Amino acid sequence: MITAPALLLALMEGAVGAAVLALTALGLSLVFGVMRVINIAHGEFVMLGAIIAWWCSAELLGAHPVLGFLFALLVAPLLVGLVALAADWLVLRRINYDPERTILATMGLLYIIQQSVLLLYGPDARPVEPPFYFRVQLPWFGYSGYKLIVIALALALLGATWLVLSKSRIGLYMRATRLDAETAQAFGVPVRRIYAIVFALGAMLAAVSGVLIAPMRQAHYLMGTDPLLLSFIVVIVGGLGNLRGTLLAALLIGLGDGMISVLFSPTLAKMIATLLVALVLIVRPGGLTREGAS
Amino acid sequence: MSVRKSKISASLSRRQLLTGVGALSGLQLASNFPAPSFAAGNPIKIGLQAHRTGIGAAYGYWYERTSVAAVKVINDMGGIGGRTVELIVEDDATDAKRAGEVMEKFATQHMVDVVFGPLFGNVVGASAARAGDLKLPLFIVSEGSELAEGQFNRYVFQTGITNVRSQVTAISPWVIGNVGKKVTMIIPDYIFGYNHRDFITEAAKKQGGAVNAVIAIPPTETSFTKYFSQIPADTDAIYHVMVGPGVLTFVRELGEYFGSKGPKLFGFIDSLEAVDIASPGLEFLEGSHLWEAFPRYLSGLDSEGAKFYRDAVGLDENGASKDNAKEVSTNSHMFGCWETLFSIKQAVEASGYKAASDRKALIEAVEAITSFAEGKEHPQGAKQFIGKAHQCFGRQFISKVEGGKLKVVHTTSIEDGLYEPKADYTTQAL
Repeated sequence: MITAPALLLALMEGAVGAAVLALTALGLSLVFGVMRVINIAHGEFVMLGAIIAWWCSAELLGAHPVLGFLFALLVAPLLVGLVALAADWLVLRRINYDPERTILATMGLLYIIQQSVLLLYGPDARPVEPPFYFRVQLPWFGYSGYKLIVIALALALLGATWLVLSKSRIGLYMRATRLDAETAQAFGVPVRRIYAIVFALGAMLAAVSGVLIAPMRQAHYLMGTDPLLLSFIVVIVGGLGNLRGTLLAALLIGLGDGMISVLFSPTLAKMIATLLVALVLIVRPGGLTREGAS
Repeated sequence: MSVRKSKISASLSRRQLLTGVGALSGLQLASNFPAPSFAAGNPIKIGLQAHRTGIGAAYGYWYERTSVAAVKVINDMGGIGGRTVELIVEDDATDAKRAGEVMEKFATQHMVDVVFGPLFGNVVGASAARAGDLKLPLFIVSEGSELAEGQFNRYVFQTGITNVRSQVTAISPWVIGNVGKKVTMIIPDYIFGYNHRDFITEAAKKQGGAVNAVIAIPPTETSFTKYFSQIPADTDAIYHVMVGPGVLTFVRELGEYFGSKGPKLFGFIDSLEAVDIASPGLEFLEGSHLWEAFPRYLSGLDSEGAKFYRDAVGLDENGASKDNAKEVSTNSHMFGCWETLFSIKQAVEASGYKAASDRKALIEAVEAITSFAEGKEHPQGAKQFIGKAHQCFGRQFISKVEGGKLKVVHTTSIEDGLYEPKADYTTQAL
């Protein structure tokens, strides 16, 4: 039976899911839109972000959780961005960003990252102290205060990314490369460098969402699979490489997943999301929003 | 002429070189073959199939640590039947497909005498089937009730730990009588969870209670709040048993959702294995009850045997690693490895087992066992063993969370958990 409190809980859970998912999927969509690279290792960047968040809170600092969290928000995207730059330089560039070969290459990257983390960090799921620990007591149920903060932080980060893409010179280069790489190059856009930057930026977005997720769900070496799957669903539903569509789809899928999970069952939510992908591919292969330039 | 000659000698030397290389690589290949096992003092080889990685990793770590400690004790006692024990560990990644491969590896590559160790139900099922094919004795350290129901084969035993059906049979009168009559169950969505669901539903009915909702959650799940709205408002008691890497998140989110005002809680310690009960966010557990197979805190069971066992494994009085108080053990499960190894010792020595050709005698020797006495070999307590069903039965503990620690408030007898198992493996041919 659907009651008002259940609906509220569903909305809240959905909003948290949608916010984090939007960050992750935006990274994946950006990489695909600009570089035409389908990055299978994208979920592992999320996982790396969460693992680094654990290191920052527990191993290195041991200080106040807020400091550790802020430090992680800074360090995780930087480190993961470097990993992505290295992957771009060592692998993707060597195979000339060929779409088919990059799928295989990034799949290899997925295993390399996952197994390296298994070796260095171990197989345990480890809790990450949330920066703020408080419960919001509603008349019907309680809710984690940190989750509400995650929504705000994710929105702020999305806004910042949007600003970079639409207002800065580098954002202009990215959009130009996305529309037509050859023409952009002819106009003096350093396409190769833009590729590297975009790949790093995509990874950084994933890493940030990993840092946000870690205090809610612990850090574990296998945690990259779920965000990858959901991000793919979002990117397909939103239209491959279409950033505005991606955000819209993240909202739809995230909220929908939360709502259906709470009101019915999480399995049904996954089924409907998958069905939606199939429907979109058949009815509107371009995505829900038609070719909206970002 | 001279040119030609030099050509010939060059080609000859190349051929010689190639032959040399071939011979060398042949030698190398030959040296890769394993030496016959009796060459090195003829140890008895025991394979540990461990969940080193994957979702059962926390258990895998402690299973291995406990087994290494037990093997050291056994070897210090003079080994098994005068032979040193060699422990060979293989990781099954808590994965059913990998489990079959690991069994294969144990049988053909390591040529072990027996295998023990798998815990997670789906993995156990796969290993058990392979054990039957390979005719390799397998001692599971699981809690699945399928073995005693007759679903495995004559090569599979459970000598070190009681199964879910027996645990639930033993504790459910206390739970229904003291915690609540209308029970909502939160269980992992696979065979282990279904065991709980089936046996608690049955037991609750007998005690005049009822299960009014069952919420099954995949063991790989990482976020749980979304499931809690399915808990009916008139629930008196929540019975929770969760496994997998997300257990801490699970209990934490349960606390966020209910605070201190929710229904009463009764949990299987599985929901908190390897988790520090004093972790932030778990304060709401205060006053709730948990089942334990082996009390985590020394105060709950401080017999000579238990003390000896805890020292050998390196546990402090809070059930954490002596050298790292944050490394909390899976104390209610891992003792099963210790006790299993000692039961293997007992059976091997009773049967006069020497080599793989004596497996029939070994299996009959295990089936002939009727009980294990409490002591250093069986620190959890005395056990009754039903040979035809290959299953042991022991006592259970119910503990209350007090001041962020677990305090044993009720101990069941072996008879409380005893039931007539369906299986009779002795009728199967060997």
